[in-house]
Amino acid sequence: MTIQATSPPAVESASRGERHATYATREALVLCGLTAGLVLAFLLSLALGSTNVPIGRVIEVLFGTSTERDGAAVVVEAIRLPRSLTALLAGAALGIAGLQMQTLFRNPLADPFSLGISSGASLGVAIVVLGSGMSVAAAFGASTGLRGDALLIGAAISGALAVLGLVLIVSSRVANPTTVLILGLMFGYTASAIVTVLVGVSSPERLMQLAQWGFGSFSGVTWQRLRLFAPLTIAGVLMAAAMTKQLNALLLGDNYARSMGVAVRRARLLTMFGASMLGAVVTAFCGPIAFLGIAIPHLCRGLLGTSNHRVLVPAVVLMGGAVALVAQVVSLLPGSAGILPLNAVTSMIGAPVVVAVLLRSRRGAFAA
Amino acid sequence: MNAIRPSTTGDPTLRTRDLAVGYRSRRQRRAVLERVNLTVEPGELVCLLGPNGIGKSTLIRTLARMQPALWGAVELGGTALDSLSTSDLARRLGVVLTERVAVESMRARQLIELGRYPHSGWLGGLTDRDHEVVSWAIDAVGANHLADRDVARMSDGERQRVMVARALAQEPVLLVLDEPTAFLDVPSRVELMGLLRRLSRGGSLAVIVSTHDLELALRTADVVWLLLPGGDVVTGAPEDVILSGGIATAFEGRHIRFHPEERSFRWLTGDRGTAAVRGDGLPAAMAKAVLEREGYGLVVEPVTAESLSLTVSEVGWHLSGEGADMSGDTFRSLAAHLRGLTQSNHDKEIES
Repeated sequence: MTIQATSPPAVESASRGERHATYATREALVLCGLTAGLVLAFLLSLALGSTNVPIGRVIEVLFGTSTERDGAAVVVEAIRLPRSLTALLAGAALGIAGLQMQTLFRNPLADPFSLGISSGASLGVAIVVLGSGMSVAAAFGASTGLRGDALLIGAAISGALAVLGLVLIVSSRVANPTTVLILGLMFGYTASAIVTVLVGVSSPERLMQLAQWGFGSFSGVTWQRLRLFAPLTIAGVLMAAAMTKQLNALLLGDNYARSMGVAVRRARLLTMFGASMLGAVVTAFCGPIAFLGIAIPHLCRGLLGTSNHRVLVPAVVLMGGAVALVAQVVSLLPGSAGILPLNAVTSMIGAPVVVAVLLRSRRGAFAA
Repeated sequence: MNAIRPSTTGDPTLRTRDLAVGYRSRRQRRAVLERVNLTVEPGELVCLLGPNGIGKSTLIRTLARMQPALWGAVELGGTALDSLSTSDLARRLGVVLTERVAVESMRARQLIELGRYPHSGWLGGLTDRDHEVVSWAIDAVGANHLADRDVARMSDGERQRVMVARALAQEPVLLVLDEPTAFLDVPSRVELMGLLRRLSRGGSLAVIVSTHDLELALRTADVVWLLLPGGDVVTGAPEDVILSGGIATAFEGRHIRFHPEERSFRWLTGDRGTAAVRGDGLPAAMAKAVLEREGYGLVVEPVTAESLSLTVSEVGWHLSGEGADMSGDTFRSLAAHLRGLTQSNHDKEIES
């Protein structure tokens, strides 16, 4: 260290350390592996189901090289393809939203629903299913040309947005991120409490319908709905990708982030809005999907050994999509007629994997 | 193009005009310090000193625009702090705080690259020049051996060093540090202050650092800002501030006295008589320290019958006078005997 070293280099010269190479190589390898895994999971999800279609046939249908319109082609095109695209997008969206929330609150337990979003969605659905009753809903649906489940989507997203709006309004007056997190929890509890009250006064058939929604499913999203679902989720993911610079700086905490030029308040509101919208959209179309939002970011950090969002965002998209597809395949119990609730599958296959990754890397995503 | 801009306008790096700092609630403003007029010139290392709770942090945070001023103004290079955009400010002012950053899986170089935030585009991609500045910052704080290590696995001292490099990577004209040494062990504290001193010696970077480490600050600073109880601010070279008696006013308590010649504090342990030390070198100095700690005034020759006489050499000590005649070979035993002596004298007084 010398006195000369007290002013920055004035002349440009290209001399990047070679030691970066090893980390960059590892990151590239992991990203390639994840891409391959995603493609594989996508093809498998199209091939496997109540009736199995050979992979070769799936590829023919996908690329339109086969003109034969048999049952398999119809199943793949009309049922499995939108379902798999939905799973892919939902997994990516939940993973990204979880990553955003965990970074924003510097809390490894944060997920897309930490601000009470899914409770709000549940409340919306419960009000429609239990409160007003499906007869009213059906009448309303008939008059507006909507089917009953389209109404559920509307109800879920209204409930989620109502809670999100409340949280954003209140949190714009609160400086402490932890307080915002607690506020979100409280709003969530309040919404859940109202749902419980509704459940207490409802008939068994309606409860069954509510429970069905609570299982989560990628199957309800048709090609028509994908036209809304896909742009919304892709927009949310792109928004997160555009904010990697802010997210990286926020890793050092609000004070340091601000001192380096981050408009912290704006970045926080935008991130909360983006992540919650992703959570709300997925919940509205697929039901409350547990676990992916919290687990995917941890899996990616563990695999990559980095907290750099420029690498984590693409990794989370690939990993989220792949894991959701695998969960989707497993929930269909390929070769049988049975179906497992999606939520049960995501948690059952996911939890042990996360435990293994965390134990292997011997540290969490955040310092204690 | 040199990124650390020398002040071409002749304006000081930082100037406050009748600044009042404190807290504001919905109804009222509560000032901690008022009418503060301070300047920092390029290349100066300023240490902000003062007792706990007097407003050091509040002042530092206001100077770094981490909280708004109540009244008055702060100017950075002649420009009002409030008129700068967030990224303009970040290009001129770097900050290091007490708080530990809780980030896992991040290498030091990556963390320091975050300091390029205000210079890079909206996606945060770094140019060759950005990488050059980062390498320079790593070199400037002597952290080349840390560059590829995980920040979470560093000692507090190493991490603060990295945080300073990150602030340098912003290419600021002013570095503001809020008690950066609070969690550090003594060697790390000295090293960090030495680092700040070296950085400011470059001539264009000014540094303001608040610290509790009074003696280290008085040894290292170019300028001291001393906050006194009652809201006065004494400024000057450390020696000016010592001479003004400000240090004594701010810090002396019932049990400690500031000794200007030594720029350090001593215990006030009471007056238990006088003692003379015979001997030389380090053993004599150590013996004097023991006597002083036990409350004896030092004299050249035993002046009264009660005066103790202590002879020390490399092999041990011998104590005589005041009815005592003892020897020993450790200062621990000397201290124990002195305490016993005081106790027995005390007992005698009670008996008589």
